[in-house]
Amino acid sequence: MAYGTSAVAKVDAPRSPYVRRRTTRGNYELYSWVFMRASGVVLIVLIFGHLFVNLMVGEGVHAIDFGFVAGKWANPLWQVWDLLMLWLAMIHGTNGVRTIINDYAQKDLTRGVLKSLLYLAFVIVVVLGTLVIFTFDPCPVNAPEHLIASFCPAR
Amino acid sequence: MWSWVAHRVTGVLIFFFLLVHVLDTALVRVSPEAYNAVIGTYQTPIMGLGEAGLVAAIVFHAFNGLRIILVDFWAKGPKYQRVMLWVVLGLFAVTMAGFLPRHLMNVFGGGH
Ligand code: HEM
Repeated sequence: MAYGTSAVAKVDAPRSPYVRRRTTRGNYELYSWVFMRASGVVLIVLIFGHLFVNLMVGEGVHAIDFGFVAGKWANPLWQVWDLLMLWLAMIHGTNGVRTIINDYAQKDLTRGVLKSLLYLAFVIVVVLGTLVIFTFDPCPVNAPEHLIASFCPAR
Repeated sequence: MWSWVAHRVTGVLIFFFLLVHVLDTALVRVSPEAYNAVIGTYQTPIMGLGEAGLVAAIVFHAFNGLRIILVDFWAKGPKYQRVMLWVVLGLFAVTMAGFLPRHLMNVFGGGH
């Protein structure tokens, strides 16, 4: 009779409520969006504190040397501060650059290569940075006395 | 639109600096001499200007990041996004006015 009756897709009755399609790919992008904002708020405190103590207090950049770093990391507060800053900034920055690569790299191959390099850099920097914070030795033997931390027994 | 471009550019810039910065700090595990030698180059006038630029990039990214967060989560955020851009630029100017003289004095004024 009326043509198409059997082939036409089912249409909802007028004014029936909209049923959201269940996501099928997980909510990764949503979590990453939330993370960018949450980590951003924490990073403001961590980075502004970092810049203030290293560049504004005392002689600023001129005061920075091996002994300065040793003095800071003798305090667990700065160890935790720097560790948290390292991880949050690296995850935030890597995730941000991932978005940018996805936006501009159109060929699958280019995108794959760029993101592989990005993740490689992430792993190297985070692992190296974490090891440095925890295995730092303020009093290396054989180092010239005047360069090591002022609290070292050798001085 | 332009604030979005600036947010992207500063974000990438800070990211690449962070990669280098973790590597230079890692030199404390090599020897005090190696670390001091590299940090010494950070205390030259040219690098001092670079640091000022980097701090400017971070300060803009940070304040504009807060603006993005407010636009997304604060009910009136989208309505005031334009005003908030001016607030961001104002806070940027104030922060840099506090930072620049001190930093430039450390870089150019005597020291060692
Ligand atoms: C100082 C505190 C910071 C705040 C408040 C902040 C805030 C934000 C926000 C809200 C976004 C937007 C994300 C989106 O649109 O989904 C973002 C993007 C981004 N951030 Fe940050 N951020 C901060 C520090 C950093 C640092 C230290 C880095 C580098 C290591 C960085 C690199 C990036 C990058 C690359 C993007 C992506 C830009 C884009 O997709 O257009 N940010 N940031």
